[in-house]
Amino acid sequence: MAIVELRGINFIYNKGTPYETHALKDVDLCVNEGEITGLIGPTGSGKSTLVQLINGILKPTDGDVILDGVNIWEQPKKIREARFKAGVVMQYPEYQLFADTVRDDIAFGPKNMGLGEEEINERVEKAASFAGLDPSVMSRSPFDLSGGQKRRAALAGVIAMEPKVLILDEPAAGLDPGGRAEVLGGLKKYQRTVGSSIIIVSHSMEDMANYCDRIVVMTDGKIVMTGTPSQIFARYNDLIGLGLDVPRVTRVAAALSRRGIDLGEVYTVGYAVEKLSELL
Amino acid sequence: MKMDIAFGQYCHGDSVLHRLDPRVKIVTAIVFIVEIFLAKSAASFALIVAATVLLLALSGISPRIILRGIRPIVFVILFTAVINIFFVRGEKPLVEFWVIKIYPEGLINAAFIAIRIIVLIVSTSLFLTYTTTPIALTDGLEQLLSPLSKIKLPVHEFSMMMTIALRFIPTLIEETEKIMNAQKARGADFSTGGLIKRARALIPIMIPLFVSAFRRADELATAMECRCYTGGKGRTRLNVLKAGPADLIFALCVVALGAAVVLLNIYVPFFKVGIY
Ligand SMILES: Nc1ncnc2c1ncn2[C@@H]1O[C@H](COP(=O)(O)OP(=O)(O)OP(=O)(O)O)[C@@H](O)[C@H]1O
Ligand SMILES: [Mg+2]
Repeated sequence: MAIVELRGINFIYNKGTPYETHALKDVDLCVNEGEITGLIGPTGSGKSTLVQLINGILKPTDGDVILDGVNIWEQPKKIREARFKAGVVMQYPEYQLFADTVRDDIAFGPKNMGLGEEEINERVEKAASFAGLDPSVMSRSPFDLSGGQKRRAALAGVIAMEPKVLILDEPAAGLDPGGRAEVLGGLKKYQRTVGSSIIIVSHSMEDMANYCDRIVVMTDGKIVMTGTPSQIFARYNDLIGLGLDVPRVTRVAAALSRRGIDLGEVYTVGYAVEKLSELL
Repeated sequence: MKMDIAFGQYCHGDSVLHRLDPRVKIVTAIVFIVEIFLAKSAASFALIVAATVLLLALSGISPRIILRGIRPIVFVILFTAVINIFFVRGEKPLVEFWVIKIYPEGLINAAFIAIRIIVLIVSTSLFLTYTTTPIALTDGLEQLLSPLSKIKLPVHEFSMMMTIALRFIPTLIEETEKIMNAQKARGADFSTGGLIKRARALIPIMIPLFVSAFRRADELATAMECRCYTGGKGRTRLNVLKAGPADLIFALCVVALGAAVVLLNIYVPFFKVGIY
């Protein structure tokens, strides 16, 4: 079943001024429940815009956003419900931190939902552990944290709302490789435990191959491909043509197969290692 | 909450008005404002309106943008107009109804005041904000005020502060919107509840905004020091302002307009307004 459905979406920034930008053009999209969907596309292709349409931060110029079976703009007064169902972590979310302690900041979302104190505390601790936040930083000021810790605190702030769809706009950008794997691994663990759906925007093909069940490719405000990672990365030349890339191991595997060692379709390092050790 | 940033925003273009020397524009804008207040009869008002329409045509800016700039003050215009209609007393009431008496003088006053406010907003934004970049504006202001530095007023520092402040207004607006969106995504609610609840709802916006504004100021100061900025002393300019023939003609036209307004007030005094 589709948890998020976009129908004929058009979005224009600054409509009616000289600065008009047609950011999304006739976009149709279905996101399946319980899956991790990856959204890739070159800079300025409209990924962040699309993401902000799903929870009603932006209102489409044209078209319908169906979230969990409800058209979110049918009753504009109830738009906050869409915010609780679809939790969006914005691109570079560190600037959203404001409270005295990290703990209070993470509790901001659940508090807005009107939950009881006990439940809030429980959720805050759980969210912090999924985001990989050390318990020792919980009572520190969010402004004293390192960049990576701030990012995790911001992630935890949305995870704590336990939305039906968790949407992350480049959650791992600017993190070190270890932190990257930890944050994305934490998200996968969260998804398995809570059983929610996740949409991840990323520029890293490796992350897409490792974590996503389905991939959506955008360019220039349009969706140009959707499919499983193997379907998408099989279209090597199309991706290159769009200014995108395939995971590096896929390129290695392609080079190997040109030299007579055929590994089949390889998208993740783990799978490549398995295949190679079979051959050895 | 949608922020209206159309008022006071530079509109890129290459019209006659865009190319005028900012100093000339500042001075003529002040003269034009005085002329607007000098106009006291139907004929001189018509001339001022015609001049404003001419300015609009010269600037090449879409009337839609101008209308958008007026929208936030429609309430103020209506309010003053209504006050005038009901409270200005004349000789013979046009309509009498219970305690309400509407005089023709009230109607005329209301119309003139409405026109005056609209023309004031439209012309100053055409002269200054829409056709002059904030940087050119403060540059012009600095040079106009530079004689004051003889009496030890920090004109350069003041204009540098202005330039920086103006430069960062759009950045701050953009940032406010970004922070608001991020907090809205966490379920923050800015539009319901009483005054106290709404004021409290602003905390999650104001704190990140201040934090980043201070950080930005700090970074900017460091960047300026790295480029050896030490203030105005001995500093030459990259763009030296030069007034040309077009500037002279424009200034003369504005002065001539003033003379015409005064003459029309005296010799064509139809619907002359008396009050204010
Ligand atoms: N607030 C805004 N006002 C006006 N135009 C905007 C705004 N935000 C984005 N745009 C424009 O909309 C288009 C899509 O932008 P968007 O931020 O959705 O791209 P993106 O795919 O997220 O890019 P990136 O990978 O760099 O984050 C771009 O052309 C951009 O210039
Ligand atoms: Mg983006």
